[in-house]
Amino acid sequence: MNESDIKRRVAALLADHDPAGDQLEFLRARFDAGLAWVWFPEGQGGLGAPRELQQVVERELAGTPRQLNAGMLAIGLGMAAPTILTFGTDEQKRRFLRPLWTGEEVWCQLFSEPGAGSDLATLATRAVRDGDEWIVDGQKVWTSGAHHARWAILVARTDPDVPKHRGLSYFVCDMHAPGVEVRPLRQITGEAEFNEVFLTGVRLPDDLRLGAVGDGWRVAQTTLMNERVAIGGAPTRRGGGMIASAVEAWSEQPELRTHELHQRLLALWVENEVTRLSGARLREQLAAGQPGPEGSGMKLSFAKLNQALTGFELEFRRDLGYDDWSFRRSENVDFFGRGPGYRYLRAKGNSIEGGTSEILRNIVSERVLGLPSEPRVDKDVPWKDLPR
Amino acid sequence: MSGTRSGEEPMTLLYSEIEEELRSAVRGLLADRCPPAVVLRRIEPGTDPADSVYDLDLWKTLAGEIGVAGLLVPEEFGGAGAGASEVAVVLEELGRGVAPVPFFTSSVLATRALLPTGDALLGELAEGTETAALAVSFAASPYAPSRGASVTVADGRLSGTVTGVAGAEVADVLLVPVAGELYAVDGAQVTVAPSLDLTRPVATVTLDRAPARLVGACDVAEVLRFGAGLLASEQLGVAEWCLDTTLAYVRERHQFARPIGSFQSIKHRLADLWLDVVRARAAARNAAGDPSPISVAVAQSWNAGVALHAAEEALQLHGGIGMTWEHPVHLYLKRAKATEIALGTPGDHRQALASLVGVPGPE
Repeated sequence: MNESDIKRRVAALLADHDPAGDQLEFLRARFDAGLAWVWFPEGQGGLGAPRELQQVVERELAGTPRQLNAGMLAIGLGMAAPTILTFGTDEQKRRFLRPLWTGEEVWCQLFSEPGAGSDLATLATRAVRDGDEWIVDGQKVWTSGAHHARWAILVARTDPDVPKHRGLSYFVCDMHAPGVEVRPLRQITGEAEFNEVFLTGVRLPDDLRLGAVGDGWRVAQTTLMNERVAIGGAPTRRGGGMIASAVEAWSEQPELRTHELHQRLLALWVENEVTRLSGARLREQLAAGQPGPEGSGMKLSFAKLNQALTGFELEFRRDLGYDDWSFRRSENVDFFGRGPGYRYLRAKGNSIEGGTSEILRNIVSERVLGLPSEPRVDKDVPWKDLPR
Repeated sequence: MSGTRSGEEPMTLLYSEIEEELRSAVRGLLADRCPPAVVLRRIEPGTDPADSVYDLDLWKTLAGEIGVAGLLVPEEFGGAGAGASEVAVVLEELGRGVAPVPFFTSSVLATRALLPTGDALLGELAEGTETAALAVSFAASPYAPSRGASVTVADGRLSGTVTGVAGAEVADVLLVPVAGELYAVDGAQVTVAPSLDLTRPVATVTLDRAPARLVGACDVAEVLRFGAGLLASEQLGVAEWCLDTTLAYVRERHQFARPIGSFQSIKHRLADLWLDVVRARAAARNAAGDPSPISVAVAQSWNAGVALHAAEEALQLHGGIGMTWEHPVHLYLKRAKATEIALGTPGDHRQALASLVGVPGPE
């Protein structure tokens, strides 16, 4: 499979299907032609081709219909799809992958709980077997897009009598099933980007289970690894990203400049630039097929930098106002939008969501630097006997 | 230098196969001939006042057999015609070993100053049969190139002093810039005083109507900028040694019946340090491939701080043993602190960025 094969397939797709016609018909045809994600296997929206050939597809199909609900597909595309691909049955792949990719069906993630954040494996949502079904009870939190979602990826406890990592199973949860209740969760910014999801006697057929009973932790690792690959940011130009906003404010209001702020802004400019270069180097390594451990650290760097830059900008502007505290749902995640007060507050989440900076430092120090883990008191204790 | 992508970044921030081969040749030689324990012995002043920290046998092998001295020199002048990226890899390894050889002072700074003149001395420097030093203070910078120098020329003879010159005492020839011209001098008085950096001491060069040969024009600021960009790679090497050595130590050292590297307070500090080093690698590669004023200023202002922070963390996390003369960590701390000052402090380079990237100060 090479660039000209891809181009031939794109030409064949365009010959048989009018991109100016029905949007969904075109997207389904693109999926069936293996041009959705070329690195996926044939028959599942891909061609089993090298991942870098995807950019050929995107270039050739520029201007054709985009996926439905494009802003809400991150969890489906980035987390659910690779997990279904790795652990799903043929029937599950056939059922879920096409509408996930076209955007007909939006996905969300039911992992974190009020009592299980960094220590995700201690989660308490129970799934109890009842014939060919599972009955699920529990509470999930920090679920973005739950109010739009048709399906969720769910981790629940199926065996409380074994140590925490071993008693979990992984399911696809039907968000339209009776007993699923979605409530908005208001954040410090005033708006609700996330939800709490209450699961009360939710019945899921056993064919919605992904992977073996008791193997949920291993399945979840696949999901979480893909989440960390996704975080790290798109390529930006020198001076782009969050620094641009601070520099723009600096240019617009020379009367607010002080020597002390100038020193800090220059130091942040340098940190922003070396972080950007390090991202560019990481992408080069990935493209050359030599992924380095550097990826584990990118999210840490971005969180710290975003928080410092947004804090700087707010202080520089000396503006004591805030654009809007009203309680409303936001349709997608936006770190850059709205006013400087919003950006400052939203950036506080960057060191918490998708793995706290403290947990990421543990991961870097243990998996990259080879340092020993802290002694674990809960490793061999049955989950039901853990102090809570 | 090399081609650019979107006019900003060099073609690649990765290491080529040739660079990796060069790295392992240099690393292997240093491990064999000049490990930190040997450097520690060399810093002891001997009975002979002519004893120097410099290891000239090692330098002969590096320059002659591995051929590092001629990397920057075009083939027509007897060099290897390589580029700054290869030089940068050699500097990473020499930084990692705080190796007492005059590579940076002779094969980088002095050679770069000579290059535009095409002088015949280039061939001898490339072979390593002659060693030169640029008589410029190591505390000068691209923004203050004549700091520490007061040399005048009269009747073809030079008079005056230059303080803080690195590599002068092992140089066969001193290259002295005066008012935009470069002169070669071999009758200067070189006085080495105790220096903060034990493995690259500095000296005062005194010229008293010294006979000089006019070599050609010299833009000292440009030479120092080129050097500053590559010094970032040496700083990367210093930081890498400090990180690796500290990681090995905290895995072995036990207190409270467990390796101290299992405590989160220590793990988190080392994770943060690793992140700084990862970014220093990207900054060093970028400056080596694209020695523009912005890339150099970014790399120096970041990497100088990272090397110093890595050395300070290494000392602290080694505890008492880190404070002793017998452990090599102090060699790295002294090198890191000296290179923080050398060729512009991080603050000097950040100040330069203000106008380079359009972030002007208060009116």
